[in-house]
Amino acid sequence: MIKLVPRGERSRAMAYMSPVFAGMLTLLTGGIFFATLGLDPLHALSVFLIAPVSDIYGIAELCVKAAPIMLCAVGLAVAFKAQVWNIGAEGQLLMGGLVGSAVALQFGEAEGFWILPTVLISGMIGGGLWGLLAAWLKTRFNANEILTTIMFNYIALYLLLYFVHGALKDPDGYGFPESALFSDAATLPILIEDTRIHIGILFALFASVSIWVLMQRSFIGFQIKVLGADANAAKLAGFKHKHLVWIAMVISAALAGLAGASEVTGPIGQLIPSISPGYGYAAIIVAFLGRLHPIGILFASILMALIYMGGELAQIELNLPLAVTALFQGMLLFYLLACDVLINFRIKLKTAATNAAMGN
Amino acid sequence: MDIDLITNILYAMVRTGTPLLIVALGEMVCEKSGVLNLGQEGMMLMGAVIGFIATLTTGSLLLGFILAILSGVIMSMLFAGIALGLNANQVATGLALTIFGTGLSAFIGADFVGQPIDGLNPYAIPLLSEIPLIGKMLFAQDLIVYLSFGLFAVIYWFFKSSRAGLTVKAVGENPHAANVIGLPVMRTRYLAVAFGGAMAGLAGGYLSLAYTPLWTENMTAGRGWIALALVVFATWRAERIILGAYLFGLASILNLVAQGLGYPVSPNILAMMPYAATVMVLVMLSSNVVKSKMHTPMWLGKPFHPGG
Repeated sequence: MIKLVPRGERSRAMAYMSPVFAGMLTLLTGGIFFATLGLDPLHALSVFLIAPVSDIYGIAELCVKAAPIMLCAVGLAVAFKAQVWNIGAEGQLLMGGLVGSAVALQFGEAEGFWILPTVLISGMIGGGLWGLLAAWLKTRFNANEILTTIMFNYIALYLLLYFVHGALKDPDGYGFPESALFSDAATLPILIEDTRIHIGILFALFASVSIWVLMQRSFIGFQIKVLGADANAAKLAGFKHKHLVWIAMVISAALAGLAGASEVTGPIGQLIPSISPGYGYAAIIVAFLGRLHPIGILFASILMALIYMGGELAQIELNLPLAVTALFQGMLLFYLLACDVLINFRIKLKTAATNAAMGN
Repeated sequence: MDIDLITNILYAMVRTGTPLLIVALGEMVCEKSGVLNLGQEGMMLMGAVIGFIATLTTGSLLLGFILAILSGVIMSMLFAGIALGLNANQVATGLALTIFGTGLSAFIGADFVGQPIDGLNPYAIPLLSEIPLIGKMLFAQDLIVYLSFGLFAVIYWFFKSSRAGLTVKAVGENPHAANVIGLPVMRTRYLAVAFGGAMAGLAGGYLSLAYTPLWTENMTAGRGWIALALVVFATWRAERIILGAYLFGLASILNLVAQGLGYPVSPNILAMMPYAATVMVLVMLSSNVVKSKMHTPMWLGKPFHPGG
């Protein structure tokens, strides 16, 4: 019989090791899973995790996919630290993409260095306001943010579909639900030639550093951490609860909005019905896996991007459904949560011998 | 609007509200015991896909529904093992269950998308179903709808007058006190979670075997989440859940209503309605902080570690 014994104190070592354990257990289970499907597990795992990044092109794509996940996840880390359960990064990303696209299309073929920043900032505002709506409903009407942000994800998706089938559809597009291609002035410049690496990746890195400074070196960050650790203590210290909820929400939502705007102006180049394969949901896993810390999130985003690419390659080479990606994502989060028990508890094997030794 | 149209709208309202009713009742029992399982969507999808495949390959609807329920239970035990057994954060574990269930169901069901089956047919009760307006709504439905009426009645009675219902409530309000007076806290919670899983599995099976009847990826379309909201704004009371579920059934078939009235509205705008309605009702009914605190099971979402 296994028994959980409270450690009395959080184990820092286990907090860092738990994601590693979770990754290994996911690999192991994935191997067993592939084997039961009649595949050679080692070959399947290498198709899934090594083949996608075996050339320069693959590594470039890895960065392209990791960037939006990372942008969403560093933002979510702030919200989660404040115990604000923003599950709406996906919807905020979609709104960022939608608003960014609407603005980009207004400029037509106009030239100017200010066009791209305007588009990106509009996207941030679009995503930020979408998140702020949930924050307002929480602080003003006490509406549970988990449920409202999830609902806003669905509403954002249908809003995007409404516009891509309507007002933003390319008039010369033969009726396809796609916008016109954005002009060069509204497209993110490529960072490394012959790859799709665009400057959106720098946004993700810059956002990480800024969030780190905010959380570690600013009074706002301190207040957010206190609020998350002990809401009563924050209240006694006189911190303004509403403001902190708003700040945490708007930071995470604006970064998700920037991710959406960067996707449409970057790798996609136009507004299409599906601008995100669930990056906003993957970012939740990444935030937890990265221990709500920018550096952890950097590694976790790369791993998550790899799982996305592995899923695509497994579809082509192993004939597996694309859903294998979500399967691995879910498994990873399960194992992480299970391994996290080791942070606060020690596992003791309760046998007849120990019972006797304890005098029972 | 003629009477036939209203009769049909009422009929479709109950039919569409039924999966919401079943999931929400299950989740209510789970939350009454103090456990918040956000994995409804994942459990429903697993019920939908497993039930569908079982019926498609064997031709038996009964087997389909049984396996749908069973897969809901298995999924819920995965949640219980981590959230209750290992004391993990219930919010995160529930989310993981939804993500995992969405992926696993899409994976298993990839080869079965769009395949036709003979779904569960309505069974009209003679005479009663002839009553104008409400006859079709109440007495010309399929067996699962009738079952959902029964489940509602049983759960209503369970919390109103049964001893076991009292135990569940005690465990959700204060597990430490319940533990001291010798109530089996953990066993009650496991059973409540399993019941929630069974109901979610049944609701998923209803979607793929009776309502549509088809399997497509992600076919629950957020119903699990709407049901979670439903439990909150029904303030954990069965009689309000049944009303809310049918109200949302109505919001989901607004396209039918709009067509009937001759208003052309974009299908994408209409598709938003159930979600927008959820937010609106949630806002209206949560705004009284004191009242909503009073109704929430005290220990909801907080882990309980016996002896810890």
